[in-house]
Amino acid sequence: MKRSPTFLITVMCFGFAFFYIPILSMIVYSFNASRLATVWGGFSTKWYVSLVSNDAVVNALFLSLKIALVSATFATILGTMAGITLARFTKFRGRTLFSGLVVAPLIMPEVITGISMLVFFILMADWVGWPGQRGFTTITLAHITFSMVFVTTIIQARMIQSDRAIEEAAMDLGSRPWQVMFDITLPVISPAILSGWLLAFTISLDDVVISSFVTGPGSTTLPLLIWSKVKLGVTPDINALATLMVLTVGIGVFAAGMIMSRTERRRQLDAQMAFRSDD
Amino acid sequence: MSQSRFQRWFDLKGWSALLIGAPYIWLLVWFLLPFLIVVAMSVATNTPTAPPFSFGGEHPWVNWEPFSRVLTDGLYLRAFLTSVVNAFVAMIFCLLLGYPMALGLTRVSTNWRNILLMLVILPFWTSFLLRVYAWMGLMGKNSWFNGLLTDSWNFLVPMSWAMKSVPMMHTNFAVVLVMVYTYLPFMILPLYASLERLDPTLDEAAMDLGSRPYQVFWDVTLPQSIPGIVAGGMLVFIPAAGELVIPSLVGNAAQPMIGKIIQDEFGQARDWPMASAVAVALLILMVIPTMIYSHYQAKAERLK
Repeated sequence: MKRSPTFLITVMCFGFAFFYIPILSMIVYSFNASRLATVWGGFSTKWYVSLVSNDAVVNALFLSLKIALVSATFATILGTMAGITLARFTKFRGRTLFSGLVVAPLIMPEVITGISMLVFFILMADWVGWPGQRGFTTITLAHITFSMVFVTTIIQARMIQSDRAIEEAAMDLGSRPWQVMFDITLPVISPAILSGWLLAFTISLDDVVISSFVTGPGSTTLPLLIWSKVKLGVTPDINALATLMVLTVGIGVFAAGMIMSRTERRRQLDAQMAFRSDD
Repeated sequence: MSQSRFQRWFDLKGWSALLIGAPYIWLLVWFLLPFLIVVAMSVATNTPTAPPFSFGGEHPWVNWEPFSRVLTDGLYLRAFLTSVVNAFVAMIFCLLLGYPMALGLTRVSTNWRNILLMLVILPFWTSFLLRVYAWMGLMGKNSWFNGLLTDSWNFLVPMSWAMKSVPMMHTNFAVVLVMVYTYLPFMILPLYASLERLDPTLDEAAMDLGSRPYQVFWDVTLPQSIPGIVAGGMLVFIPAAGELVIPSLVGNAAQPMIGKIIQDEFGQARDWPMASAVAVALLILMVIPTMIYSHYQAKAERLK
């Protein structure tokens, strides 16, 4: 580049410092011996010990993971179906409404989604006697609903890029619809399905607002537990929890990046080999 | 548009009904129906029953009182104003910081670009709540960050203006700062996507024709990136205006944003029709930028 981007580099340094200084500060203070979370009192790992021996935190973590696993799986199935339909089925009754319905939850403020689901659950309990108690089931239902549309967006984008000719060839060769689906369409979009599942999992694991509305007594997810603690102020054991979460996510994202770049490289290699054997 | 071959094949075997039906019915039952109940409730009357609303009463069937209160009561108008101003200021700062960052990302080498893009996305994968919490630690009275700001303030201003600590927590400044922090990736990514597509030869042509760098930016780069700016702006403004967590943790309780009002009307006041009316008003407020956005998108599509 001819132009010297000094200004751009300065802003980028500032921006990345802005991104990471708060997180680094949180990590440093998680090793603080002082109970006062903002005053340095020497190095200590006692907050990690108190964290893993805290039953409430461990139970909340397992509840959150359970909800995230179940809701991400259902959201991926439903979201993939919706994505395939919207990308491939050009005309069916109610398509306009359907394509609106998969966008609306994306822009709906979380407070409104939360309230409308809570009202619905309360009225249903009144009318049909279900759900008798709010908790795991209601949170999971809510999470499936608002994370499936994120999966749909990813799948739809991937489907539009993928080549229909392969599917048509399979149909010409006499494949049944479910064979086309399971042998061609799904394998082709499988990386998108995986990233959709991961996104749905993260969204569920991270959700505070909607969970806070549709939860019931005794069902405290990890974000709800953190929220109730953080409202009272900065505490050192939350710093420790944050550090563990940031490290887990950081390692996970790094590993995923490595695996993806490796498979990509292998695929390019395979493609080169294929071309060479053509000659 | 005619049906695709894929669809006709699936129709023939009756598979498409399942494929369309399952997600469609799911969204109808768990999203549209609850939402329509909220819309209907916004014209109901608050009653001391359980559930606390009913239709009918003195005004037969429809009660416009909640909506007229939204439009006349200062409490709601102030909350709307606070929300819009906070979200708008956060959007502007995200743009001012995010644009140069996105432009910088297009100018670095591919290796650096991949690393830096991952660094932009990484905070997005960590807990939202904990990112807000990280700033609570920094902004508090006794933190090293606040101490640093206080010292530099006291160094720069006359003695009589000296402060013990910078009052940051529980202000609208804190809300905007944390919003910029949490929503900045939403601004950078669409901007980067639209800037990356630009043809660098246009820049070179402008420079060959004697444009100065800032003129190239102003006349060539900026106009082409407007779709990215609009998309990023929407992705920041819409969730920021309805934000509940950030103002409740770092905001000024005396100046609530609209999300908090909805939560309070619904929970503490147990006035479900009022909460619904405020929610519907908030949605109408958000539909306007969404329509501007789709207008731009449609225009961009037509240009293609």
